[in-house]
Amino acid sequence: MLRDHYVFSNGRLNRKHNTIYYTDDQQKQTPLPVEKIRNLHVFGEVDLNTKLLNYVSQFDICLHIYNYYGFYAGTYYPREKTSVSGFLIIKQAEHYSDRHRRVYLASRFLEGGVHHMLRNLRRHKVENEESMYLIQKEYNKSQEALDIQTLMGHEGVIRKHYYQAFAQMLKQDFSFERREKRPPRDPLNALFSFGNTLMYRTVLSEIYRTTLNPTISYLHEPSTKRFSLSLDIAEIFKPLVVDQVILSLINRKTITKKHFDVLDHEICFLNDEGKKRFIRAWEDRLETTVKHRQLKRNTSYRYLVRLECYKLIKHLLGDDVYKPLKAWW
Amino acid sequence: MEHESDRVLEGKILHEESYPRLQEREVLIDNAFKMDHIDGKYVREVKMSSKMQESDHLQMLFYLYQLELRGVQKRGLISYTKEKKTVEVILDNDERAKVKRAIAQAYRVIEQAKPPVVKKLPYCKSCAYFGFCYVREADEYAT
Ligand code: SF4
Repeated sequence: MLRDHYVFSNGRLNRKHNTIYYTDDQQKQTPLPVEKIRNLHVFGEVDLNTKLLNYVSQFDICLHIYNYYGFYAGTYYPREKTSVSGFLIIKQAEHYSDRHRRVYLASRFLEGGVHHMLRNLRRHKVENEESMYLIQKEYNKSQEALDIQTLMGHEGVIRKHYYQAFAQMLKQDFSFERREKRPPRDPLNALFSFGNTLMYRTVLSEIYRTTLNPTISYLHEPSTKRFSLSLDIAEIFKPLVVDQVILSLINRKTITKKHFDVLDHEICFLNDEGKKRFIRAWEDRLETTVKHRQLKRNTSYRYLVRLECYKLIKHLLGDDVYKPLKAWW
Repeated sequence: MEHESDRVLEGKILHEESYPRLQEREVLIDNAFKMDHIDGKYVREVKMSSKMQESDHLQMLFYLYQLELRGVQKRGLISYTKEKKTVEVILDNDERAKVKRAIAQAYRVIEQAKPPVVKKLPYCKSCAYFGFCYVREADEYAT
């Protein structure tokens, strides 16, 4: 089984013979099982050299770098994989430049997201009835949108209702006024930022293992972010994975206010212990399996992301019509 | 796409653990195809089990044919670890015709605009592309 590996402390990563070693401040060396790593996430301040990067490329490992506050800085990708498909890229672009086809895909991503938002709110059905109704109504309206701007407008309204109701479900005092993207100013926003970053990386590393081109997207504008397709697909999974992790971390008091630090009275971020607790819950969630109705086999949440890429490929090839995942369990 | 299929991974680990005497492992020819090993006059492949003998045989023929096109004459040996047996493959006229036909057929599939319709086959269950071929969403959801 391949897994993600996280480095938190400061130290040094290097290749010695055919192994990667992590050496921490105290000169303690830990070997990392290179054949088993899918992604290496570096949060601490770590020294490394090109010999290591070359080695990591051979094993198709992506190296993601985050700054001290847990914000994503960049990725070192292994050499361009050989399995690119020119044909598929053309199809991807066609579906982008044809307005109707683009809106179709964009609203399918929204559909999946909304389904999972409602699914989360349903846990507290009585309190959330009003919000659920408003979200459903707004979603229905969005289905008549003929362009992306209009669709995004509806999405904004949905999100507002959703976050309001979401905050009501928290058992600790983690209130937030509105969802602020960056920099996060309160703990709840910090959790969303951190979780969403992990989600984008996860989706991207699954896209990377298919022949899809991650820069051509539908709901998000391809020009604004380099790997905007991962933002598109993440829309479906954020409420299903990130928000559920956050809900359970807060409501089980695994994460409390003491797991946050504030920089300059402005930026709120998870401290090391907070990040570790988050990532532990995150990894558990992604490895959790459900029995897939169509495949009839146990499928992890992480593999569900890959399957979403496959369904998109089939849609682009005209082999099947894309429908988003809607958790049925 | 087949990177993470457990079976492929199992196969990779197998290479590292079995037949340690075969020194030079995984020969990559013209950046196009990979063979487990070339050993004197033999090309060798190691397989877990003999469940897919047909396609193992064809794969070997493909290697032998590709080598022949590059002026190298070899024979093939396929070893099945589970059954502890080894079979020999020789590229004669019939086999050459067979592999050429298969290559032509593969191109016909590759050049289609869409993948062919999925046909349920007994070995789909252990195929690395299973997820791709069979994933769909159900039509109606009871919410
Ligand atoms: S799963 Fe797909 S690729 Fe694999 S054998 Fe079946 S039809 Fe062929």
